[in-house]
Amino acid sequence: MPVSQETLDEVALSRAEYDLIVERLGREPTPVELGLFGSLWSEHCGYKHSKLLLKMFPSTSPRTLTGVGQENAGAVDIGDGLAVVMKMESHNHPSAIEPYQGAATGVGGIVRDIFTMGARPIALMNSLRFGPLSDAHNRYLFGGVVGGIAGYGNCLGIPDVGGEIYFDEVYSQNPLINALCLGLMDTKRLTSARASGPGNLLMLVGADTGRDGLHGASGLASRTFEEQKELRSAVQVGNPFLEKLLIEACLELIEHDWIVGLQDLGAAGLTSASVESAARGESGMELDVLKVPRREQGMTPYEVMLSESQERMLVIVKKGYEDKVKALFDRWDLRCDIIGQVTADGLARIREGNKIVAEVPIKLLSDPPLYRLPTRKPAWLRKIQSFDIATLPDLARAQAGAALLRLLGSPNIANKRYVYRQYDHQVQNNTVVAPGSDAAVLRIKGTAKAISLTTDGNGRICYLDPYAGGAIAVAEAARNLACSGAQPLAITDCLNFGNPEKPDVYYQLKECIRGMAHACRVLGVPVISGNVSLYNETRGQAVYPTPVVGMLGLMEDVTKHCTAAFQRPGDLVYLIGPNSGEGLAGSEYLVLEHGLVKGRPAIDLALEKRVQHACLTAIRQGLLHSAHDCSDGGLAVALAESAIMGSLGFKGRLPADGRLDNTLFGELQSRIVVSLAPRNVRRLEKIAARYKVPLTKLGVVGGKRFVIEGCLDLPLAKVDDAWRGGLERALGG
Amino acid sequence: MKYGVIVFPGTWSDGDCHYALGSVLGRNADYIWHKDTDLRGCDCLILPGGFSYGDYLRPGAIARFSPVMAEVERFAAKGGLVFGICNGFQILCEASLLPGVLLRNSHLQYRCQWVNLRVENADTPFTSRYRKGQVLRIPISHYEGCYFADADTLAELEANNQVVFRYCTPEGEITEQANPNGALHNIAGIINKQGNVLGMMPHPERACEPLLGGSDGNLLWPV
Repeated sequence: MPVSQETLDEVALSRAEYDLIVERLGREPTPVELGLFGSLWSEHCGYKHSKLLLKMFPSTSPRTLTGVGQENAGAVDIGDGLAVVMKMESHNHPSAIEPYQGAATGVGGIVRDIFTMGARPIALMNSLRFGPLSDAHNRYLFGGVVGGIAGYGNCLGIPDVGGEIYFDEVYSQNPLINALCLGLMDTKRLTSARASGPGNLLMLVGADTGRDGLHGASGLASRTFEEQKELRSAVQVGNPFLEKLLIEACLELIEHDWIVGLQDLGAAGLTSASVESAARGESGMELDVLKVPRREQGMTPYEVMLSESQERMLVIVKKGYEDKVKALFDRWDLRCDIIGQVTADGLARIREGNKIVAEVPIKLLSDPPLYRLPTRKPAWLRKIQSFDIATLPDLARAQAGAALLRLLGSPNIANKRYVYRQYDHQVQNNTVVAPGSDAAVLRIKGTAKAISLTTDGNGRICYLDPYAGGAIAVAEAARNLACSGAQPLAITDCLNFGNPEKPDVYYQLKECIRGMAHACRVLGVPVISGNVSLYNETRGQAVYPTPVVGMLGLMEDVTKHCTAAFQRPGDLVYLIGPNSGEGLAGSEYLVLEHGLVKGRPAIDLALEKRVQHACLTAIRQGLLHSAHDCSDGGLAVALAESAIMGSLGFKGRLPADGRLDNTLFGELQSRIVVSLAPRNVRRLEKIAARYKVPLTKLGVVGGKRFVIEGCLDLPLAKVDDAWRGGLERALGG
Repeated sequence: MKYGVIVFPGTWSDGDCHYALGSVLGRNADYIWHKDTDLRGCDCLILPGGFSYGDYLRPGAIARFSPVMAEVERFAAKGGLVFGICNGFQILCEASLLPGVLLRNSHLQYRCQWVNLRVENADTPFTSRYRKGQVLRIPISHYEGCYFADADTLAELEANNQVVFRYCTPEGEITEQANPNGALHNIAGIINKQGNVLGMMPHPERACEPLLGGSDGNLLWPV
């Protein structure tokens, strides 16, 4: 009997994909087998529309320890026998339905990806996008997501050290919740997620299995939703206490030599955990669903295999060591059950007691069809790119102060302390630079080193030029690390796009990846891990193409870190980087003051690299008191932020370049605002000359006013209040 | 002086306390698992911060029944030094080793930030190396830090000098603005009548190095 469309829709497989399965299997799949294919061949697990494009990323460097995609997260060597493990993942669709649990389990999932490698999670970051806060529903999502991240992360004792939050109408129905986790470990303890060695045992640890999250991967993350279906049951519910126990128990476990591998259960639950680890081990596996502890009655094998109940780990135990492993988990009051074993026949065999309900070659399950669509630059893109700024009236001098205050108070630019003071950002005693500066800095105990971390990604810029936008996302992240005094080491990314089956979206995906890859190569930073979230659209309205870059940097001497805040009255303020050029394309100013999303952002990557090196060199020589990346809101905003953060005024003038609005608020790339003692200016000039980057004096730190001569003169207190109170005011507080 | 850092399931400041005591201050610090009933000759027991048992039911409500707590109570009754930090303070209140309770922060959000504390009583084994009235800068990190006790209990605490720390301005003034969680009388930490069991919401183990933002917490550990 031919399979019904309804059945195919339930597992989100196309008829062509179904026919391919039948052809390769040589028969029709059983219902359980269909469920396995549905989840493993979903966009979320199978990367059908993105895998071929992702090959464009450079993924290795002398420091990389894992092949991208080979393990749950990427790992890099930071010296001193230590490795840092990093990954970012999205949890967009669940958070749109149930924001607290969606965000909470997003944190839970990414943390598991880190400690499954044997690394202690030492930092979290999140990159979030919502619709405008003027809408009650968006305020609800915002509150739920922040609450969920806090509720889960704080309970785990992992500091949340930064991130970013942006608001735009395009994200109204499709919020983006990207969670990053970073872990630290002894390099020699790097644990694989490989199920190998026939006869070795599969042990399930942690929570009981229930019906939560069924069809999370295939259902939520692989299709758009137009109908008003009751989807809440597809959102998983988290138990951070249980996860904390798992972290401690698993990290204790890897100190011994009793296991072959460790794999966390995430999207597609037991199915992906068992199949993917067997695929990595180039073996087969057999498990009995009756051996899986359940929290609900009457669960079918299909439900057991596809459940996305949280806080579960799969341990591949060396045969003979199961009692030792069990004793360890018993000490932590964690339930563990042997549910199966590794085999040599390359098959995934699922039993329900004596009955075999699924038997499929592992290679087939882990080898979904990969799609490559033709691409062509859309006509509408050409139109919005060809924007003549001359058609817009310039900002009047008398209005400059008011415009600055509006920009500073706008939710995209305003200070986010309202959010990050709800996150524990100090636990583990490593946080040297907390949220608020350009990058977080964490010291590495037992060494003189520190690592820096940032997330960056501007969807609006990618919408206006996907290739440049992808490059800019990478460049900006590296620039933020340079401002903190760190050398960029590695990237993890989260690519958030609309429906890839539409040529416009596929074009955006391809071009963004191409731009990112190019910037990665120029700046010498490999992509060691990442995640793709597609189908972020509702009723034909897609989100902006939003690639989010999470970047890790390293500094050899923690005492040589730098922040964005002015430090001393009398310090001189300089601009490193271009001091002229059109920068209003895609800017916050253009949107806020003119309601326009137009123009063509651009970046000179060679210049960007030199600017970053100049800044880094100056910091390493101890010349700078502050360094701040110039991005949203342009130069005037960057200066204001440095002044506010340092509680010190500023007086100076900006390099005039025709239009006042461009001078003040243009978002030209590759610019860093620094402050330093007058006696160090000569050395900074030498560095700028060596790296052939423009260096422009802007003014001096001090006093209680923020003054840009000829344009604006405001009390610092007023500037401070606009920036610090902006977000709470937007929330109606 | 040997310190025992007690670890409950869900505790996470144990590592930070051990680091501050062992690595920064060079003291003799050991971990005690919540199921252990052997205190191994420790002179000062530390109940660190975290979310023991996930803060289920109420923070500290379940941890107070852990096997080690019977030993902690015996130890305290004999005059042993007990130091409860954040979740540790909550556990001590649940176990009735300290009076009062810690309620949800009045603004209903988690708060992680540096605060200023005024030393109200410098005559305890924990505060003897500070001056009365001295202002310390120490971070807080909690959902439930709002200290509450009924009027009679509060009056007794004040009369007996049992309030050890109050939230204050950098200049040492006790104001509502300086109170990060709504705690009554700006109470951040108290000591029992006997003077050997201290509970405080702020985290001194996080104020152990200038690199991390300050080291005002280092003199708090009894010697």
